Amino acid sequence: MGLLKLSDYGGKQAWQEELYDLLRSNQVDLFCYVPDGGHKTLINKSIEDPDVISVPLTTEEEGVAMCAGCHLGGTKSVLLMQSSGVGNCVNMFALLKNGQFPFVTLITMRGEFGEMNPWQIPMGQGVQPVVEAMGMHCLRAETPSEVTETVQAALNMAYKSNQAVAVLLTQKLIGAKPF
Amino acid sequence: MENDRGLDRKYAVPELVGNPDDLLIVCGLAGASKDIAHLTNDGDNIFTMAGAMGGATAMGLGLALSRPDKQVLVVTGDGELLMNIGTLSTVGILKPSNLSILCVDNGHYGETGYQESHTQRGVNLELIAQGSAIPITRTVSVKEHIDEAKALIRDSNGPSFILLRVSTEPPPVIKRSMDASERKTAFRRALLGEP
Repeated sequence: MGLLKLSDYGGKQAWQEELYDLLRSNQVDLFCYVPDGGHKTLINKSIEDPDVISVPLTTEEEGVAMCAGCHLGGTKSVLLMQSSGVGNCVNMFALLKNGQFPFVTLITMRGEFGEMNPWQIPMGQGVQPVVEAMGMHCLRAETPSEVTETVQAALNMAYKSNQAVAVLLTQKLIGAKPF
Repeated sequence: MENDRGLDRKYAVPELVGNPDDLLIVCGLAGASKDIAHLTNDGDNIFTMAGAMGGATAMGLGLALSRPDKQVLVVTGDGELLMNIGTLSTVGILKPSNLSILCVDNGHYGETGYQESHTQRGVNLELIAQGSAIPITRTVSVKEHIDEAKALIRDSNGPSFILLRVSTEPPPVIKRSMDASERKTAFRRALLGEP
């Protein structure tokens, strides 16, 4: 794969369309997010979908509590964030663990394979140890063919086994952000 | 601003909330959770916290979006709300009509030894709620304000934000469950009929 153009970063790829359909077929009815290039397709599809509640957040930790509130009401939800957002959530993850709330977050990774912004490196490196330290499962998707299987596994672990699961959509999968 | 912090929360919160049975209530940590656990005898229509500071409004918002058929009330303190003040903006852009927020503002961090909060030093959370595009806001600082605000909490044409300014009298003493998993399951059984 050659270098991406910025206008194509996070742009439509077949796996992103399939991922949206997978989430919807699993009755995920609320999508919350801080705007993110890597999640552009999912975010835009959630905005356009009249049957979905699409919520822009001011910080990712709002999304953690919001997803727990959705579960109290019987709605399945997903939090979309970039790796840097994980650091904004850490104490709120305690709500998930103490309450054994089902929770799925899809994290577009920065700061790893091919990163060109040094500011993204520290939190990118911290994501997996941080989420695991807070009692969450961490699954990785490195190739398009792994995405739907991995996210379905996360949804099953969450909504059948009351687990909190982070799925890392890796930089190798998405492509390093061009500048 | 005479009598500005004259109300005792043990009087004012039950007066404002009234019969809590028809509400779903999410409470921020410490004082607000004790207020509502005491009012409901730790009921199954409430979810209280003793941590996750800054999460109550977002959790209540998620519940309100999930259940537009129910009236949802967030009860939280000034310190808890200040920790994630941006959530008022998220409420303001979405405007769920079934959500009310009651901020019990005693101007202090009661749980850690009553250090002053920013609201004791000039910060006005009602103005922040207004600026966050929440369409209905009120400040309650004397008894005479309570009836109107009580009606707003139950008005399904929200969202609304009620700033209740109270003295530093402590919240009621109540032994409540700290097991959030057990409380979550009880809440869902009562609301949804399933764990």
